[in-house]
Amino acid sequence: MSATPPRTPPDPTAAQDPDRASPDATPDAPAPAAARSADAAGPAAPATLPARIGARLRRLSAAGAAIAVLLALLGFGLVAQFRSVATDQSLDTAREDDLVRILSDLEAREQRLNTDIRRLEDSERQLGSGAQRREAAIADAARRADALGILAGTLPAEGPGMRVRLVGNADQVHARTLLDTVQELRNSGAEVMQLTGSGADPMRIVASSYFVAAEGGVRVDGKVVAGPYTIDVIGDATIMKSALTIPGGVVETVADDGGSVTMEPAAVVKVTARYTGFNLQYARPAS
Amino acid sequence: MIPVIAMVVGVALGLIINPTVPIYLQPYLPIAVVAALDAVFGAIRARLDGIFDDKQFVVSFISNVLVAALIVYLGDQLGVGGQLSTGVVVVLGVRIFGNVAAIRRHLFRA
Repeated sequence: MSATPPRTPPDPTAAQDPDRASPDATPDAPAPAAARSADAAGPAAPATLPARIGARLRRLSAAGAAIAVLLALLGFGLVAQFRSVATDQSLDTAREDDLVRILSDLEAREQRLNTDIRRLEDSERQLGSGAQRREAAIADAARRADALGILAGTLPAEGPGMRVRLVGNADQVHARTLLDTVQELRNSGAEVMQLTGSGADPMRIVASSYFVAAEGGVRVDGKVVAGPYTIDVIGDATIMKSALTIPGGVVETVADDGGSVTMEPAAVVKVTARYTGFNLQYARPAS
Repeated sequence: MIPVIAMVVGVALGLIINPTVPIYLQPYLPIAVVAALDAVFGAIRARLDGIFDDKQFVVSFISNVLVAALIVYLGDQLGVGGQLSTGVVVVLGVRIFGNVAAIRRHLFRA
């Protein structure tokens, strides 16, 4: 049955009633005898399979080709429509209530996301300003550390100042004289100073430095140094010079004892000695 | 047999090419497909009745598709596209049901 091609002799009923297309044919329409005979004769006539196929191809008329093309188009269109419906977001078919709900959902979501964006931008700004503050604090701390290091004598320093030379024997320049000199220099704004004895390394003079009379010179911070002494000091040279030369001051005292004090202002005085005598026995950082 | 093979080939082509329906065809393709299905079922029924005719099938297929598309187009122009589409689908569906019932009677005698 299925082997028969859909080619049947022209149907008289269809021909005389063109408006009634074949889909509309009523079930009780009389089946023509010719079709039945063709059905019966179709499979029996050609003997071998290739021969049957050849016969069928020969019988493939223009109308048969058109039917094949139409059905291929139908299959294609069916698949295309299935695909398009499957990929559709189904918003077309959604009811109005659903659409309104979806829209309000989306708006609420947009608001949430906008809030998130603002919050994140705020925190970004805070983090940025926090980083800036931290950098500023670090730079400030570094400056303070430098200043404190210079004051504490742990860092070398340089700047305008002068060089003071005290020449004399132990009776003419004693420990007291050195102490007076250092005090006067400090009072007149000296910031950094170092003391050099004859043939010795320079020693940084800090807040805790002490001067004690000793055999053959002066004991400074536990080390005996002999004269002549040189003090390199950073500060305002004119003020320090006038502080040392006031009546009854260091210069006059040493000169009275037979020694001599010379002062040479310099644009750049280098204080390279570092204080290394930190030996804190009791004090600890409080924070 | 050849129409079945042709339809299978069409489906396979659609699966392979994976076409996207152009936006201007989107209202018409579903209706056209339903109309074509109506023509195909009518052809199957006519075939079982023994009154199938090539030319008639081709003409009815094409005219079904064109008329369905034209009705939808007219409905769109008149602002009642959705309702008219529904009407066309209902009518075609009734016809398909009737044809399928006839086919069923032929095949199962019931």
